[in-house]
Amino acid sequence: MRTNLSRHKLLDPFVAKVQELSGQNLLICYQCGKCSAGCPAVHEMDILPNQIIRFAQLGLKDELLASKAIWVCASCMTCNVRCPKGINIAEIIEALRQILLRQREDHVKVEKLDGSERGDVPPIALISNFRKFTS
Amino acid sequence: MKLSYFPGCTLKNHAKNFEDSAICALKALDVDVQELERWNCCGTVFSLTTDDLIHHIAPVRNLIRTKEQDSDKLMTMCAMCYNTLKRSNQRMRSNPDDLDIINDLMYREDVKYAGDVEVLHLLEILKNDIKFTSIAHKITKPLKGLQVASYYGCYLVRPAEIGFDDAENPVILDELAAVLGATAVDFPFKVECCGAYLTVDKPEVIADRTYQIVTSAAKQGAEIMAVSCPLCAFNLDHRQKETSAKYPDFKGMPVVYFTQLMAIALGCPEKSLRFELHHIDPKPILKNKGLI
Repeated sequence: MRTNLSRHKLLDPFVAKVQELSGQNLLICYQCGKCSAGCPAVHEMDILPNQIIRFAQLGLKDELLASKAIWVCASCMTCNVRCPKGINIAEIIEALRQILLRQREDHVKVEKLDGSERGDVPPIALISNFRKFTS
Repeated sequence: MKLSYFPGCTLKNHAKNFEDSAICALKALDVDVQELERWNCCGTVFSLTTDDLIHHIAPVRNLIRTKEQDSDKLMTMCAMCYNTLKRSNQRMRSNPDDLDIINDLMYREDVKYAGDVEVLHLLEILKNDIKFTSIAHKITKPLKGLQVASYYGCYLVRPAEIGFDDAENPVILDELAAVLGATAVDFPFKVECCGAYLTVDKPEVIADRTYQIVTSAAKQGAEIMAVSCPLCAFNLDHRQKETSAKYPDFKGMPVVYFTQLMAIALGCPEKSLRFELHHIDPKPILKNKGLI
């Protein structure tokens, strides 16, 4: 993937927004990769958890907000438990989802789920899915 | 012993086997369960963004209901409810400004929440208050010869500050299984996420995870899997249908709640086990071991 870096991107308010919503300091990550090594969803991801942090540091907003990775993370917290720097990576990924959802761009379209998807799964699945993937 | 109890949404329908078996088992242990009056859904997931206070109202309202019942302890059995209620409570306790805002938003409540309710999981109460040794004395039907793999998943043990057991290598369910007379089977995927709510929009991901988790337990000799979360139970049991369709070599395994195992060992009637709610029928293996 070809990626262009720029001072403009680095200073984009997006970086501050991710830090504010997640409550995390992006700059303390030293890219050890432990979050990606232990992530159960990593093989489904286009941008890996450690790369998500690097992209966020560099203000690569378009790449992050278009990624598939942020929607296959189920906030299982394995990365948070293992990060040697104490970074809550799940919170950073949540911040990215929220930046999109707060523009009322739902990831899961409730009206498009078919009857069996809505009818057979327990309420705990529907409520948590809609909490995470709709605005 | 009396316990204020928060069931949560799914224990009243899909996971009625969890609730009925737990209440019967607790009765056998002389514990009187008092369901909260006017409880509401906790929201199922803890809000991870710093500014999202509105989603803490639902869990905190249940803590107010607990106070209204003259209690300062709230027990829940669902791993997701436990995580959400306990983490919201922790946020209120450590951020008095947040608590003030939440109380202001709920100005029509008679009781102001002061951070003084303790949220407990049933497993904690079994281990620390009722004690495993006293459970052992009351067992009428030990689960002799039953190979049980305990699956912990995510929300019971993570993040580390919430759990009552080690986040990477929890053992409390295995200890309980051993107390009940079963053989606890350790397996490497016991804390690996089942995919949780992705089951709604990406059921194929759940089929992959269920294949990995159940196959791993079977390789270690497990005959049955015990869980504490209704979402894990749905994914690991009901999604075995999708798993078998995707992986022809997949061999299924019954999945039960740890409370169903307790209910069997403590002599509860079979109707409290509600086996009709399972996808993979646990009865053949239990009959084979002479347990039902």
